[in-house]
Amino acid sequence: MTTTTRTPSTGASGDGPAQRQPRLLSGSLPRFAPPAVLVAAALVSAGVLAALGAFSWPGTAVLAAVLYLVAIGALSTAVENGRKAKDRMVTGVVYICFALAMLPLVSLLSTVLVNGLERLDGYFLTVSMNGVTPSMDAGGVYHAIVGTVAITLMAAVISIPIGLFTAIYLVEYGKGRLAKAITFFVDVMTGIPSIVAGLFVVALWMMLFGPGETNGAAGAVSLSVLMIPVVVRSSEEMLRLVPNELREASYALGVPKWLTIVKVVLPTAIAGLTTGIMLALARVIGETAPLVLTAGSSAVAINWNLFDGQMMSLPVFIYAQVRMGGAINMERAWAAALTLIVIVMLLFLAARLISRFFAPKLGR
Amino acid sequence: MAKRIDVSGLHVYYGDFLAVEDVSMTIEPRSVTAFIGSSGCGKSTFLRTLNRMHEVTPGARVEGKVMLDDMDIYGPDVDPVQVRREIGMVFQKANPFPTMSIYDNVIAGAKLNNQRMSKAQADDLVERSLRGANLWEEVKDRLNKPGAGLSGGQQQRLCIARATAVEPTVLLMDEPCSALDPISTLAIEDLIHKLKENYTIVIVTHNMQQAARVSDQTAFFNLAGTGKPGKLIEMDETNKIFTKPEKQETENYITGRFG
Repeated sequence: MTTTTRTPSTGASGDGPAQRQPRLLSGSLPRFAPPAVLVAAALVSAGVLAALGAFSWPGTAVLAAVLYLVAIGALSTAVENGRKAKDRMVTGVVYICFALAMLPLVSLLSTVLVNGLERLDGYFLTVSMNGVTPSMDAGGVYHAIVGTVAITLMAAVISIPIGLFTAIYLVEYGKGRLAKAITFFVDVMTGIPSIVAGLFVVALWMMLFGPGETNGAAGAVSLSVLMIPVVVRSSEEMLRLVPNELREASYALGVPKWLTIVKVVLPTAIAGLTTGIMLALARVIGETAPLVLTAGSSAVAINWNLFDGQMMSLPVFIYAQVRMGGAINMERAWAAALTLIVIVMLLFLAARLISRFFAPKLGR
Repeated sequence: MAKRIDVSGLHVYYGDFLAVEDVSMTIEPRSVTAFIGSSGCGKSTFLRTLNRMHEVTPGARVEGKVMLDDMDIYGPDVDPVQVRREIGMVFQKANPFPTMSIYDNVIAGAKLNNQRMSKAQADDLVERSLRGANLWEEVKDRLNKPGAGLSGGQQQRLCIARATAVEPTVLLMDEPCSALDPISTLAIEDLIHKLKENYTIVIVTHNMQQAARVSDQTAFFNLAGTGKPGKLIEMDETNKIFTKPEKQETENYITGRFG
């Protein structure tokens, strides 16, 4: 049996195995083919456009993409077979879509980086705008960092317990109308425009403390209105992912329900919970509109006190500087934007580390 | 330590649906009782009512009486949490806690109940339980590694060790070997023989050879038809059930002429 399969060419034309053998084999393009075709497509399209006197980078990229898909499809059909050709073309489409998705992100990051680095230095990060006139070549963003950190921290302190406990209620205890009502209102809250959250707190503060009371706490409360539904939603999803068998195993050991939640359910879900909470934080840290309304937009001094006086924050600082419109103001705005992005990135880094640290371990 | 279970006139409902109808039986201490029967006939449901685990399922409720020696586990002042400390359970799928090490998994019951124990006591309990589950030799050098890293059979024995570590009087096993290879199954069956000396054991199994090998008493459950409740058809000495059962239905099932 082995000898017949080893010598496919010996059989007559009607020999079964000998005929089937070639169908298993088909030519295959070398590994360097796709990049080579891509380079060729790029060169050809650049050449064609230049010859027509209409050369431009975007045009070249679009033409090269189309050329690449056609060429790799044709080449693969000729050398390989139809299925592989489709595979290569779809792979190409996937890469092109990926590139399209990355384009705005990379462009945004590089713009912020290039413009922001002009002014971002130790001085900028450590001084406030106190006593600096808008067009003076001085001043920094320290007071806004203080405001952002304080307000976001307070928003987190308010939202995380409320959101987490709501999620625990929904997953572990809630049934019937109340749970459905909570789910519905959480969904509605997710859709609240941020400016409405700001208006709500302005009205609330007006009622509680009288007109004109603007402080960091108001900003934090308006941010938690936005943050709570996000925390509830993501935590709920994460808690639902915890297998029921683990809860049952714990009950079967005679562990009460609340201890099961604290010691089994939450630790199992902790990685996902942390990520969800960090995402919620990142969502609110860049909010501008509610903070303009509640925490004020004209603070220039360093203010750590959430309950007294206006508080600047990074997004509001960017907004205020851009509105002033001078060259130096734009530089400050870009540098503040870069600072904000770095802070968000640090948050995500922290979330990654926490998830890695707490994630259930499967290694031997 | 082992206790007798007396069930009389037990009905189990899921909402309005009667899942198991009128079961009465006596489960002897220091013996192994096997429940056999086709899928969906209510064996597992009935098993879960023996330590009130069915209450975890929304809408499930029970009528009738389950006596553990002379205590009614459905009595008005009975705490289901206490019942489950008396009557432990091992599930079909091994479910060690993924966030805990092997060591922590074994003492999970004690630790999660916030019992205070010294390091020496805990070490002793872990070793005793793991030895009891025939797992000590295999894991003693890696007690601090995660429990989820063990093989399927080892995980199941870890779950048995975890269940015995809270020192229950009765151990319920819901198809403990259905996901395991023959070698691991053998290890667990040996373990059941050993545990029988101290515990009352109830085991649900689809494997009739297994029921014949490990049990002293066998109960056969069946359901009258689709949508009808499951019933206890016959319960007797295992030998008798497998050689000359009284009911024709039982004989059909164990000889493979089912339906």
